[in-house]
Amino acid sequence: MDFLQLKKNLKKDFSKLKLLKIAILGDSSTQLLHQAIKGYGFEGAINFEIYEADYDQIEQEILTGSSGLYEFQPDYVLLSFTTQKLYSKFCKTSFNGKTSFADDHIQLTNTLLESINERIKTKVIYSNFIEINDFVFGNFGNKIESSFIFQLRKLNYELMKLAIVNKNVFINDVSSLNNEVGNTASFDSKIYINADFVYSLDFLVRVASNIVTIVLPQIGRLNKCLILDLDNTMWGGIIGDDGIENIQIGDLGIGKAFTRLQTWAKQLKQRGIILAVCSKNTESIAKEPFEKHPEMVLKLDDISIFVANWESKVANIQYIQSVLNIGFDSIVFLDDNPYERGLIRNALPDITVPELPEDPADYLDYVRNLNLFETASFSEEDLDRTKQYQEEAKRSVQKQSFVSDDDYLASLQMTSQVAAFDKFTIPRVAQLSQRSNQFNLRTIRYTEDDIARISESSDFCTLSFDLKDTFGDYGLISAVILKRKEDYLFIDTWIMSCRVLKRGMEEFVLNCIVHIAKRNKINKIVGEYVPTSKNGIVKEHYANLGFKLEDGYWYLGVEKFEELKSYIHEK
Amino acid sequence: MKSELTTEQILSNVNEIFIDVLENEDLNISENTTASDIAEWDSLSHIALVVSIEKFFKVRFTAKEIQDFKNVGEMCEGIRAKLLVA
Repeated sequence: MDFLQLKKNLKKDFSKLKLLKIAILGDSSTQLLHQAIKGYGFEGAINFEIYEADYDQIEQEILTGSSGLYEFQPDYVLLSFTTQKLYSKFCKTSFNGKTSFADDHIQLTNTLLESINERIKTKVIYSNFIEINDFVFGNFGNKIESSFIFQLRKLNYELMKLAIVNKNVFINDVSSLNNEVGNTASFDSKIYINADFVYSLDFLVRVASNIVTIVLPQIGRLNKCLILDLDNTMWGGIIGDDGIENIQIGDLGIGKAFTRLQTWAKQLKQRGIILAVCSKNTESIAKEPFEKHPEMVLKLDDISIFVANWESKVANIQYIQSVLNIGFDSIVFLDDNPYERGLIRNALPDITVPELPEDPADYLDYVRNLNLFETASFSEEDLDRTKQYQEEAKRSVQKQSFVSDDDYLASLQMTSQVAAFDKFTIPRVAQLSQRSNQFNLRTIRYTEDDIARISESSDFCTLSFDLKDTFGDYGLISAVILKRKEDYLFIDTWIMSCRVLKRGMEEFVLNCIVHIAKRNKINKIVGEYVPTSKNGIVKEHYANLGFKLEDGYWYLGVEKFEELKSYIHEK
Repeated sequence: MKSELTTEQILSNVNEIFIDVLENEDLNISENTTASDIAEWDSLSHIALVVSIEKFFKVRFTAKEIQDFKNVGEMCEGIRAKLLVA
């Protein structure tokens, strides 16, 4: 992808793409950035409506309540300060002032953020700083608090801390992008001199791509699962031919290349990415290295679903997808074989299939730099999902042994803890709100701050649900936000993790909602279904539960309501 | 070898680049063409043009050169001079 292609995208049809409003504020020229973001939006199926502030007007736009920025009401504000402008400012600062330069910029940033947050509800994407040593002190600058490189690095560090505290701030890590290519590639002096623009056109494409990458998980588009081929992907050689002693992993041959990749995959797994195996092999032989090879980093425990057989990989990946119950568009498939990659891409176009480089030594760096696992949230429950999915695999075996669904559901001995949102559940509820695409009746995305506000407001009743059964603990899997209206309860949000579909959770949740209505002496419950491209599975949700449709809303009378049958018991 | 390109060949290559970058199939530039003759040739697209020309001919212009180009002819002459040295 180069800049010209992005420019050509500008003429394409954006009308069917997701509309998002983004305001671009920069201390240098931003017209090229504007074009690139709009153009890259097309690649991510986003129609960015862009407000571009005048040249170098960041502070004026943000501190003046009547500015175009606030009139625009953006979903995102991109703040693009540049190292070049920062350096001019730094040079004009007195020697004593230089030691607090980073702190002063952080203070300015906090003032700007406060001003934004007071006026509009938006997310802020903040570009961090490309690190340039002016070598006024040489390497010794690392030992001098008043050197530019010292203040610059401190600033990047302080920005991360600021982003931890401010939940609506996301760092556009331009510094890391620059580390990959270097200053000579990211900067084009003649463009800077003639147009006051700080990126080369090639680097601009990366920056635009990075901004789109940050936005995508915020609107529910993120990868959740990594499916791995084995022979010549996870280790060098073919286990069925070479045998366990001869596959290259660890110290043998180029084993180090595969060890690095496995180590990275394990880190992903530990932060909540599901690992699965899909390999053309005899199952027992394919599993042997995981069980017995001392230098394998990945163990069987790390793999949620292990599929090794001689069927087509398309069928096997479809099977993995069905057990995990996640979208194909949230799956990444790694395979060294171009033929297999082509087959999967053809049959399952929504899956991300990286075109691996020829040399396994390059696998890790290549895949890592694709940044396939960007996220917009992180909670404790993410830490390790592997166990949950291993439990799910066991459930699907047990299910096959029962003739009726009712018998199966009864055998699971399900219990659910029902509670209003509290400080322990708010982060997970926010995450469900951000990530649920399928079982989501209105697809209104709330941040952690929003959920906290709702939980404290007397206008709302909130319910969170967890679920346990004989096989394990699903954690918090459903949330409901009810808005009190004069004589009815409006279901503002009803979301559920698809992992617990067909457990009777919907019926159980409705019983709880009715219970709340009764307690509040409200006789009517009103729901709404807002269709998206992904929530078709809940199209008949309210109809199935006995609601009646009238003028686009679904109504349920409380008085005549009879408790629905459910195998879930409240704990 | 690009260093053996004639002025006409350079002009024809540059014309292709103009068509591509400015997204105007009908462009037919001459040595006398200036920015004021082509609606799409503004200061922003000038940068994209220069970078595309640099990539195609594997040359690098200086900041001053790209300011000083008065017309397409000077651009082509700049390219030719750099190719000779290369």
